[in-house]
Amino acid sequence: MSVKDMIAERAAEALDEYSVINLGIGIPTLVANYLDKEKYYLHTENGLLGVTSVAEEDIDPNIVNAGKQPVGEAVGASYFHSADSFGMIRGAHVDVAILGVLQVDESGRVANWAIPGKDIIGVGGAMDLLVGAKKVIITTNHTAKDGSPKFLKECTFPITSTRPVDMIITDLAVFERKGDGFELIELMGETTLEEVAEKTEADYTVSEALKRSVGQ
Amino acid sequence: MKSKITDIKSALQPVKDGDTLMVGGFGLIGAPLSLIDELTKIDVKELTVVSNNVGEAGKGLGILLDQGKLKKAVGSYFTSNREVAKWYNAGKLELQLLPQGTLGEAIRAGGAGIGGFFTKTSVGTDLAEGKETKDIDGEEYVFEKALKSDVSLVRAHKADKLGNLVYYKTARNFNPMMATAGKYVVAEVDEIVEVGELNPEEIATQHIYVDKIVLAEQILTKEGVVQK
Repeated sequence: MSVKDMIAERAAEALDEYSVINLGIGIPTLVANYLDKEKYYLHTENGLLGVTSVAEEDIDPNIVNAGKQPVGEAVGASYFHSADSFGMIRGAHVDVAILGVLQVDESGRVANWAIPGKDIIGVGGAMDLLVGAKKVIITTNHTAKDGSPKFLKECTFPITSTRPVDMIITDLAVFERKGDGFELIELMGETTLEEVAEKTEADYTVSEALKRSVGQ
Repeated sequence: MKSKITDIKSALQPVKDGDTLMVGGFGLIGAPLSLIDELTKIDVKELTVVSNNVGEAGKGLGILLDQGKLKKAVGSYFTSNREVAKWYNAGKLELQLLPQGTLGEAIRAGGAGIGGFFTKTSVGTDLAEGKETKDIDGEEYVFEKALKSDVSLVRAHKADKLGNLVYYKTARNFNPMMATAGKYVVAEVDEIVEVGELNPEEIATQHIYVDKIVLAEQILTKEGVVQK
């Protein structure tokens, strides 16, 4: 199983049955592969509640998700226009948004739409989802391509929202927001506490249960 | 009943230099491809385009950009056409970037006689810079002005001869709001049916919003855009 799939599978475990979920582009899209489609309602902001997978021969070019990938129409699905779709999002009718990030900081603020020095020309639905979803789960590689930490003391890229996220799932670890900060609750695969500490700039606490399970 | 059905060329005759155009679509999905194609053939300049994207590089609205017909683009995700950044950096294109939900709501407001609205989206970010904010019940909101157009080009599935419209799947996206926010509205459709054939419960855009109806000549298929 690839690292991305491992993260996606873990994110799927964090979802309550029969909740309404919006999946972002990238790793979040893979989460759908690990869900029993009959027990979750997938929302896509371009105007469909009831997203499901589609077989190659059944692809309809006019049924796509927010990443413009072909998707299918689940039983009980409905279509709506973009203003209604974002009304659902801002109005807190979407239970969970799963999003990728460029950076996330120890207060839970996310940067995922612009890089300083590069052209700021796209935001899409990221700001609306962060403001409106009842719960936000971040799925990301623990470090950037150059090996630098993505979980920082403070975002250095422009933030997407002041709203703190609830959970961070990486290829190394799972963090949950606790009070004003984050708690490390799980290690992925063979990862050690030391490795997470080395590759993380943010301050965080380690849950008692995890300490016990690794014999500390 | 005065006929609203016309050909693509005639439908675009009212478009003039300096107009603000709303153009439906999420990328090429639900975009009025035949009307956009005709825009690339007519002599018009200094256009402001309100659309989620400026098409893709060399496709859809991207062709108008390449032709230098655009003065300004208002949208949420220009990243899908890398040419946009080049024109912007060369000082040849103004951009107004809005969160996607704010874009949709601003168009809905524009068509509904609302001057603007307060939203929590973008509060505390670079996109809220210079905008008025307001505390409502202890939470901060940012003011966003409504958007209107001189001409709205929308894509629907079927029209009846009155101009009532029904949409198809996720090709609906920004089209219904744009149909309400334009002074002059052209609907490009797959099929035109007799009045009474559309189920009144399923009509998503009422005929009062639609000025002209044209049949689509270019359609999006699995293999890409093809001539019908």
